[in-house]
Amino acid sequence: MIRVVLPAHLRKLAQVEGEVKLEVAGPITQGTVLDALEARYPMLRGTIRDHATHKRRPFVRFFACEQDLSHESPDAPLPEAVATGKDAFMIVGAIAGG
Amino acid sequence: MSKVRVLVGTRKGAFILESDGKRDKWEVSGPHFAGWEIYHMKGSPADPNRLYASQSSAWFGQIIQRSDDGGKSWHQPGTPDAEPSRIREAFPKGESNKFVYDTSPESGKPLTTHQWYDGTPHPWEFKRVWHLEPSLDDPDTVYAGVEDAAIFRSTDGGKNWHELAGLRGHGTGPAWQPGAGGMCLHTILIDPSDPKRMFIAISAAGAFRTDDGGKNWRPINRGLHSLYIPNPTAEVGHCVHRIALNPSRPNVLFMQKHWDVMRSDDGGESWREVSGNLPTDFGFPIDVHAHEPDTVFVVPIKSDSEHFPPDGKLRVYRSRSGGNEWEPMTKGLPQRDCYVNVLRDAMSVDSLDPCGVYFGTTGGQVYGSADGGESWTAIVRDLPAVVSVEAQALA
Repeated sequence: MIRVVLPAHLRKLAQVEGEVKLEVAGPITQGTVLDALEARYPMLRGTIRDHATHKRRPFVRFFACEQDLSHESPDAPLPEAVATGKDAFMIVGAIAGG
Repeated sequence: MSKVRVLVGTRKGAFILESDGKRDKWEVSGPHFAGWEIYHMKGSPADPNRLYASQSSAWFGQIIQRSDDGGKSWHQPGTPDAEPSRIREAFPKGESNKFVYDTSPESGKPLTTHQWYDGTPHPWEFKRVWHLEPSLDDPDTVYAGVEDAAIFRSTDGGKNWHELAGLRGHGTGPAWQPGAGGMCLHTILIDPSDPKRMFIAISAAGAFRTDDGGKNWRPINRGLHSLYIPNPTAEVGHCVHRIALNPSRPNVLFMQKHWDVMRSDDGGESWREVSGNLPTDFGFPIDVHAHEPDTVFVVPIKSDSEHFPPDGKLRVYRSRSGGNEWEPMTKGLPQRDCYVNVLRDAMSVDSLDPCGVYFGTTGGQVYGSADGGESWTAIVRDLPAVVSVEAQALA
């Protein structure tokens, strides 16, 4: 079970409270986790990564296990603690100004 | 008894104001989509309870919302509520926010570059929907004006969007340049006498017209004079802030440009200045009285850097002669220490008699007049900064 933390705006959009829990088949990567997230909550498509290119939106960042994973390859394995559900994969709205 | 609904988009959510035909007591609902920027909301003329809303965020991009019950409930077209499901395939694709520029060979691959502020070529990048214009006769057909400037159309109630690529592809696109607010397509007007004819406006490219339903477009900027560009009478490059028409006389257009209020009597083929005695010819919104096609409303703003009313006095100026002669409408509006702005999509009229006029400010006030601009009252005073106002008269 993969745990995903969404920023407040996207929790409201997806109409969820707290963490999202996802079953993800196969390798646990940014790409497979986001695929599973968007499949379950299709209203999030285009809000985290671009519809056409699948690139991360500029003001969105990814963290897990106190590491910034924003610039990792979408196909790189996520940390073991994320894959086992011990730690959450965090989607964060970057702060850009006051 | 007739009713009025006023749709208000703000920097932090949407609000809906409703009143009976007297327009003296108002119910306020909202915020809807709290925390998100609502650039525009508009109802279908063919089904007034069908509303479309543009919800956006610099962080999370564009969302299209639709209501089929006059704003009581909303959904993203094609996307079900977020009930968890074990059947992933059961979900539709949820592509109502998918605005992808056309690069197809059939349309001639119009994805070129436009100019950046410094004149260098810059790729087209979708940012947000500024304006939604529902079809006059089909609730499921709606047009979207977007930044970077392009026009999209949905014919399935907002589920899927396709660019009308002939606009960007007609030839002048590589010369378009963003205004201070971005390179936005902010105005879409459909000619009620010929729905295949549409007028659009882009900051800072100018006005354009199609006569065949959006396949082919051409600039209609002859007569515009903009001192802030190298060639003041260029075919494109003009910062048009807003265009308006009266449905009974769609060949007459009124324009608030970055500087200058303009008028065309030939569907945009040529323009002449009608700023006349305005205290300043800078401003953003412009609208036309619902029943008097020569009665026009503007809100003069001091300059293109200060963006507040002259002398701290909020005044709507009304011309009853189609321009040139303007009178200040001040009754009920603050006449001292007022330094708000009124943005380009934040003025609207209703079609009741007498005609109602509404506008919203960056200070969060929405003012309404139930007597054609003679007197004003604040319907609400303390909303977030108002971006757009649309009025609907309901049977």
